[in-house]
Amino acid sequence: MKHRLQFAAKKLLRMALLLLGVSLVSFLLMCASPLDPLQTNVGQVALGSMSQEQVAQLEAYWGVDTPPVQRYVGWLLGVLHGDLGSSLLYRQPVLAIIGQRLAGSVLLLLTAWIISGILGMTLGVIAGACRGQWPDKLIRGYCLLISSTPAFWLAILLLLIFAVWLGWLPVGLSVPIGMDAASVTLTDRLSHAVLPALTLSITGVANIALHTREKMVDVMESDYVLFAKARGESMRSIVLRHGLRNVLLPGITLQFASISEIIGGSVLVEQVFSYPGLGQAAVTAGLGSDLPLLLGITVITSAIVFGGNLIADLLYGVVDPKIRRRAAKG
Amino acid sequence: MKPILEIEHLSIYFTQYDRGIRKRQLPVIRDLSLKICPGQVTAVVGASGSGKSLLAHAILGILPYNSHMDGVIRYDGEELTGKRAEQLRGREISLIPQGVNYLDPLMKVGAQIRKGRKGGGIREKCRQALKRYGLGEETEEMFPFELSGGMARRVLIASAVTESPRLIIADEPTPGLDVKAASRILGHFRELADAGAGMLFITHDLELALTIADRVAVFYAGETIEEAAAADFQEARGLRHPFTKALWNAMPEHGFIPLKGAQPYPGTVRKGCPFAEQCDRRRPDCKEAEEVPLRELRGGRVRCLHPEAAE
Repeated sequence: MKHRLQFAAKKLLRMALLLLGVSLVSFLLMCASPLDPLQTNVGQVALGSMSQEQVAQLEAYWGVDTPPVQRYVGWLLGVLHGDLGSSLLYRQPVLAIIGQRLAGSVLLLLTAWIISGILGMTLGVIAGACRGQWPDKLIRGYCLLISSTPAFWLAILLLLIFAVWLGWLPVGLSVPIGMDAASVTLTDRLSHAVLPALTLSITGVANIALHTREKMVDVMESDYVLFAKARGESMRSIVLRHGLRNVLLPGITLQFASISEIIGGSVLVEQVFSYPGLGQAAVTAGLGSDLPLLLGITVITSAIVFGGNLIADLLYGVVDPKIRRRAAKG
Repeated sequence: MKPILEIEHLSIYFTQYDRGIRKRQLPVIRDLSLKICPGQVTAVVGASGSGKSLLAHAILGILPYNSHMDGVIRYDGEELTGKRAEQLRGREISLIPQGVNYLDPLMKVGAQIRKGRKGGGIREKCRQALKRYGLGEETEEMFPFELSGGMARRVLIASAVTESPRLIIADEPTPGLDVKAASRILGHFRELADAGAGMLFITHDLELALTIADRVAVFYAGETIEEAAAADFQEARGLRHPFTKALWNAMPEHGFIPLKGAQPYPGTVRKGCPFAEQCDRRRPDCKEAEEVPLRELRGGRVRCLHPEAAE
């Protein structure tokens, strides 16, 4: 019990430090941004026609006249009180916007995460087991091709083929244009999510498949697989009984680490499909100098990624017999 | 007695890429011949890196994908093709590997011995085999990392004998064990041979091999240089090859005299006797001969142009 409490305390401390660091770095980057919030959000022409007081008022709203240290400390104090502040662009509490956007993205992120995980793992195991033969060459070729393709370019390509030429799927957004929110059906939502989710899955597969393949190759060259062969186990039995089992542990780490890549990818992909999710909100906040919203999104997504890694660590304890047996003894 | 296994002129090559493009065949075992009879322990003795393990893999038909072999292996009088080896391994031919890392680290011992099969009394067989080596039922539920070194060896032996094989290949099964544990393991091997199985015992330890072997084959740079009855090792004068004699002289009770130099890597000696550089009885023709054949001498075989004479 004491051991577990120590573990939890250590993890929490680490998470607090990580979030602090991430927020500080994003804040500094934002400060270094060459974009002037007034010019981007109000416009050169409108600014020119305003009185000195009006401009001063706007500057106060966008926080241009406040020293950076004071701004960051102010934001941090608010966060410690559980207040992430209000978005300057949307004029709503940051948490409310993130909640709304996350609800839109979660379908996308989750499907992409699951599909890329399962598909990547399967392809990796097949390639590793057939090392050097045609399935391996095919899968490896596909993975290398995909990992050298930018996600946004692939998104545009899919958009061109399936939305423009074939007309099977909508071009963008998460619901049909001009439709009453109440009459939007689940099918509508799904058909809008297919292309962005597909793009994210396709790009996510490559990384997981290549890593799984490497691990599978190691397993197939291991002494215990050699001995399994010597004992007369069939190739099928070796792949299913020994291969999968030993690829699973690193697979868990890989799968949960890929959360960060999927979220990162979603920023670009949602932009291409004008999909109103968290990624798109991050881009808007960054370009519009909406400091509270941007910091809120970075901190929340970092927490999600950290949570993913934490789950991987905990699952390790369940799956790895070494850790499990030790826990049972102590 | 009819041998259970006959190996004739076996060579094993690795395909290597020289400077990136040029393919090269690197011989690791050259012109190896060996006979194993039922009820006998035949020891193959050689230094590390002399290709001993590959011999075991060749018999079992599990050579790595970038290698190939020449020559004939006959099992029970019939040629042991890849297909036949696949059917026989784990049933009639079994391997006792070196240590615990030959067990899947994430699978319980019992499940590994049962090879994923159910029914057919396999559970009972597995239990019997473990019991024979003093391991209780609780061993089945253990993971490899929970076994001690000695226990792991006994599990590996148990795993090899669940199916009552006719040929058992033990590949360096004793390193890391103390003398007592090692001699107990060797005792088990002797029992298996006495029960009628042919036993191939691969080791680098001549002294250990002599405690149980009936016949000894000595490996040098991938070749068998001498094959002799274990009794010939009683005295130095019974031996035929200068290297075997040097090995004998290096044993603690025979003077503890080390041999200068090192074995050449396989494939580096293209001409002449590979031992010539280290040999104290080298004559001019040793480095010139195209090939040094293995020939019969005093009930054994030797690969030397000027073998040691029995005085």
